[in-house]
Amino acid sequence: MIFGGVCKIMKYKTEIDIAINKFIGKKGALIPLLQNVQSIEGYLSKEVMSYVSEKTGIKLAHIYGVATFYTMFRLKPQGRHIIRVCKGTACHVSDANAIMNEINNQLDLSEDNDTTKDGKFTVMPVACLGCCSLAPVIMIDDSTHGKLTPDSIGKILKRYE
Amino acid sequence: MSLVIKVGLASCGLAAGAGEVYDAILKHIKKNKIDAEVKKTACIGMCFVEPLVEIYEDKKKSITYGDVTSESVGNIIDSFSKGKPIEENVIISNILKGSENKTFNKQKRIVLRNCGIIDPVSIDDYLENDGYKALEKSVKDMSREAIIDEIKNSGIRGRGGAGFPTGLKWQFAFNADNKKKYIVCNADEGDPGAFMDRSVLEGDPHSVIEGMIIGAYAIGADEGYIYCRAEYPLAIKHLEIAIEQATEKGYLGDKIFGTDFNFELHIKEGAGAFVCGEETALMASIEGKRGMPSIRPPFPAQSGLWGKPTNINNVETLANIAWIILNGANNYAKYGTEKSPGTKVFALAGKIRNSGLIEVPMGMPLKEVIYNVGGGMKTEKPFKGVQLGGPSGGCLPAELLDTTVDYDSINKTGAIMGSGGMVVMDTSSCMVDIAKFFLNFTQNESCGKCTFCRVGTKRMLEILIRISDGEGEMEDLDTLEELSQNIIKGSLCGLGQTAPNPVLTTLKYFRDEYIAHIKNKTCPAGVCTALLKYEVKEDKCIGCTVCAMKCPVSCISGERKQVHFIDQDACIKCGACYDACKFDAIKKG
Repeated sequence: MIFGGVCKIMKYKTEIDIAINKFIGKKGALIPLLQNVQSIEGYLSKEVMSYVSEKTGIKLAHIYGVATFYTMFRLKPQGRHIIRVCKGTACHVSDANAIMNEINNQLDLSEDNDTTKDGKFTVMPVACLGCCSLAPVIMIDDSTHGKLTPDSIGKILKRYE
Repeated sequence: MSLVIKVGLASCGLAAGAGEVYDAILKHIKKNKIDAEVKKTACIGMCFVEPLVEIYEDKKKSITYGDVTSESVGNIIDSFSKGKPIEENVIISNILKGSENKTFNKQKRIVLRNCGIIDPVSIDDYLENDGYKALEKSVKDMSREAIIDEIKNSGIRGRGGAGFPTGLKWQFAFNADNKKKYIVCNADEGDPGAFMDRSVLEGDPHSVIEGMIIGAYAIGADEGYIYCRAEYPLAIKHLEIAIEQATEKGYLGDKIFGTDFNFELHIKEGAGAFVCGEETALMASIEGKRGMPSIRPPFPAQSGLWGKPTNINNVETLANIAWIILNGANNYAKYGTEKSPGTKVFALAGKIRNSGLIEVPMGMPLKEVIYNVGGGMKTEKPFKGVQLGGPSGGCLPAELLDTTVDYDSINKTGAIMGSGGMVVMDTSSCMVDIAKFFLNFTQNESCGKCTFCRVGTKRMLEILIRISDGEGEMEDLDTLEELSQNIIKGSLCGLGQTAPNPVLTTLKYFRDEYIAHIKNKTCPAGVCTALLKYEVKEDKCIGCTVCAMKCPVSCISGERKQVHFIDQDACIKCGACYDACKFDAIKKG
């Protein structure tokens, strides 16, 4: 079984309750509810999904189905900063792969291991950030960095604590 | 008269450093006690010279500077104040000679009418530019049928990609007999290489909202959703502000303009699934389910969101509506071709000089779009192809540059207009690699419902990987074509039905390149790593040792001042030696 039955006492119970109460009973609320809950801990743990199911009456299978369908939902803990590396067409022809490799090299990450040991960064490829004129582009949290070269990566990463 | 300084602060501007420029301007005018009003705007479309700053006292005497930095902006302001504006990096000006902008002359801006001109989060700016006048006219002076007729007569076709006539769509939703109806704005712009919707939402959110309210009134909807992808945080922020402002002014809410018309508008943030751009999948996602498409009929106009009649339009389509109502269907239909009237916004990207957003009348030849409006190639390498319509579209070669941009002409080539992304490629792009890139994308994004889309795209991708690894066989090309036809026939939604297009068009127009990979085991563009070979040119190598030092696997040997040698068995083909050599002594092929 993927999930434990009874849910453990969660660290952020109050915050999670607030997020659930904001959406409970509203039509079509599951995705924004999960987005809100995810923003508290940065990911959706088994316990949290079970808890949401218990509180809302939405079947756990449905919650898990939604959480695994959309790429924005994460089932593993993630770093404090999210680095989204654009893999859109314009970035691809401007060698986005070299940017991805450089970030992975500097942070000692790989395709299967996307979060740094110190929990500072999580790196993920994304389809397109819509800043194609500035390709290749990455987005760290909500800020976009464009016209990158592998040499410019180090300086950008240093700005984040 | 005080000075006005406008900074473009859309995502593209911000990515280029416009935020720092904005702060530097505030600091400079405060320190030097300059009487100036600093205004924010969004993207005017010239992303290639961001950050952009416009400066004027009198709007008729304005200068727009490009590539502005926080260091250069003080000088720009001071020289302008002294009446001797610097002439470096001037992009557009109506006072300096020789800076009339060619990019703009060929354009007709309807959708982008306010983008990069107004402050997107100021409803007063929008109102000053005829904002919400079309709504007032619609609600007060026009019958619902008359509005739909006006849209029908304009001939506008859905700008999301398929090109279905918008007026007809509204008519279907109007005809549906139900007290509860919905209108939805599809802002899930997922095509890699397209960013027009982002720019419109960031730069002129009220125009989309106004179009939606008019549509809601016409079809009889009292509730609406804007489904915006979460990768566009600034667009979502501007929409939230705009909805709040429009509600405050009474354009949203109950009894709009004192009539019985009520309309409530919500934003739904996407969660990262390309297939949600398909209308039935999008509705499933709004309902809080996995975004998987469903069989049509019933069409959304009969049974959409929560089983109620629903009308779905794309961002760009909706941004046209207010203009059509105010200026009339005939004025709109004056632009473009008979079957594709009006204008279309294109996102130019890739190896093109003026990358950014442009809006041109439909029917302009591709050549003119790329070479006149787009300024031609950015690199010294020649044009090889242009990718239209993202993962559902195709790559067109130089021979087809006379094709005009309208729905039917582009469809004939095997590509599609799509949402209007145009990625220009030079000879450094490999078409097998591009086909592989798109198949990888669609294969990842396939929701898994239809077998041919789920498994077929995977098999196609495997074949393409094999070809780019030099292990392809000639029969593979037939298999690719056969699989393509089956995926087109056997898929429920647009994602699957168009997924093979990038492969089919590259096979049709760039077949030689596939054959080179299979028969000669070479990649003519020098992209497919497995087929590359790096060798030292003996006559050029001076033995500086730089390549040996840069090589991550230490497979280059040689004494100082002696010709070096690359051990082919150990080489990982990373290209570090090629990039490092200053004497052109490494051969890549």
